[in-house]
Amino acid sequence: MKYLIPLHEGNDEHRSTRDGFGEALIELAKKDEKIVVLTADVAESTRVEEYAKAFSERFFDVGVSEQNLLGVATGLALSGKTPFATAYAVFSPGRNWDQLRLACYSKANIKIVGAHAGLTTGADGATHQALEDLSLTRPIPNLAVVVPADYEQAKKATEAIAQHDGPVYLRLGRENMPVVTTAETPFKLGEAQEIVNGTDVVVFACGIMLAPALKAAEELSGRLNVGVVNVHTLKPLDEKKIVELAKQAGAVVTAEEHQVTGGLGSAIAETLAEHCPVPMKRLGVQDQFGQSGPAQMLLEHYGLTAKAVIGAAEEVVKRKDAGQSS
Amino acid sequence: MTNKELELKAEEVRTSIIEMLLEAGSGHSAGSLGMADIMTTLYFEILNINPKKPDWLERDRLVLSCGHICPVLYAAMAHRGFFPLESLKTLRQFGSPLQGHPHNLDLPGVETSSGPLGQGLSQAIGIALAGRLDHAKWQVYAILSDGEHDEGQTWEAILYGAKEKLGNLTVIVDRNNIQIDGLTEEVLPLGSLKDKYQAFGWYVLEIDGHNFNEILSALRHAKAVIDQPVVIIAKTIPGKGVDFMENNFHWHGQAPDAEQAKVALRELRTLRGQILSEHD
Repeated sequence: MKYLIPLHEGNDEHRSTRDGFGEALIELAKKDEKIVVLTADVAESTRVEEYAKAFSERFFDVGVSEQNLLGVATGLALSGKTPFATAYAVFSPGRNWDQLRLACYSKANIKIVGAHAGLTTGADGATHQALEDLSLTRPIPNLAVVVPADYEQAKKATEAIAQHDGPVYLRLGRENMPVVTTAETPFKLGEAQEIVNGTDVVVFACGIMLAPALKAAEELSGRLNVGVVNVHTLKPLDEKKIVELAKQAGAVVTAEEHQVTGGLGSAIAETLAEHCPVPMKRLGVQDQFGQSGPAQMLLEHYGLTAKAVIGAAEEVVKRKDAGQSS
Repeated sequence: MTNKELELKAEEVRTSIIEMLLEAGSGHSAGSLGMADIMTTLYFEILNINPKKPDWLERDRLVLSCGHICPVLYAAMAHRGFFPLESLKTLRQFGSPLQGHPHNLDLPGVETSSGPLGQGLSQAIGIALAGRLDHAKWQVYAILSDGEHDEGQTWEAILYGAKEKLGNLTVIVDRNNIQIDGLTEEVLPLGSLKDKYQAFGWYVLEIDGHNFNEILSALRHAKAVIDQPVVIIAKTIPGKGVDFMENNFHWHGQAPDAEQAKVALRELRTLRGQILSEHD
């Protein structure tokens, strides 16, 4: 299987996207005095504690008040700062959606960072596993939505969104997960990243589902030619490339650690329904809440594994061959 | 300006408010009229601003948290020269920079977007923090309605403003005792805002929001407090200046019809019968 861009091969390093974010933030703040960071009483777990020590003047802990968090960040942004506002994704953008919407209406240059997104939050259980944050953020005008695939990409995404003039939602996870990209892997905001070209079926994945998608493609190689695309930016969505690759393969799987409604699967389905309907299967959480448990066990229970991607790929190829689109 | 001149200017602002609302056919009359004296004082005596350069970096910042009373903001801005008075008649019309609730990107000189209640104080705190980081000399003013103290976020922000000891922030609470559904003390009793703000660590001043001496001295006093955020609780009369609107919560979210506007304008133009109207 040939990678179109540099990737870690045979690497078994596991790191979290929140770690990548926290490290990149410090480097950014050294270069750019406009960077300020706010948190809602979760400095350590959103990995801004080191930043807070190094740049205490440019760090604001508002306490457990996510609505105030975004309002204060908006004011800072409207005054020329580049605020990163961190909290858990369940509460931010979950609890402060109206504040986020108002910030976006004003085109405030805020970066809202939702940590502990997805099932891999693990033991804390359903109350803390954000599975709806992408549905909440995608429809808001002016807001970009970014889901880095791993630790390395989280670093790159953090740098890229700081350069982007406008509000951005950055989705982060808690758990140490496989690192598939490298420091050399390119990253461009808004550009879907084709990693493997596929002629039988193409898998569009985001976040931690990129690694199982690649594994599935590897396991199917020889039998099926499976494309893998990392859609790290859900908005603006790279519609042109997505349509082109879906057309080429004629069958599509989406994979995300999120409800299948409103997130990546929805975004791809909306685009393809208009431009090139093909047999399609959306992998994700199927209209359920999560629960407590080890991250890996939860991913298996809710069907977010390489095995599930393989099953979905085989199914859509079968439908394609049978000439069905539904 | 002398107090007498401010008073006359405020009546012009009120006249514009009635004219705008009549033209728009909808909008919030009572709160807009009630804040005319304070808004006029801010725009003509207190705010360090340049209407020709609305983005001037050294300007004082005014955040109108209760965006629904934007007719008074727009009217004061127009009278101060930010845009032509004729534009006031486009309030709430399609394509107008004078949106039903203020939008920073539509109208230069408007600092934030507001309307969703309870958000302005947080934003004003963010602006004040930025000013402090930049060692700026400008002040931040935020106008809040009493009704938006029903919102939890307002209290989150009050707590946080005290933590940050923001001496460059002055909040003005429009204590007019009404909200859409009725009297504030009946819908959701606020009790003593003075006691509450004091308990939260703020420097509190209470004034009659229609007494120019008190308005001016409180705003100057507030600027002199440097280690604490200040709140000026301004007791105002909703609908002030138009007899049939005063203290009547039905005018919170209502605009006058042609007949009502005629009565209101006559009352304003004659300073309640004290002088002859040029329209008579």
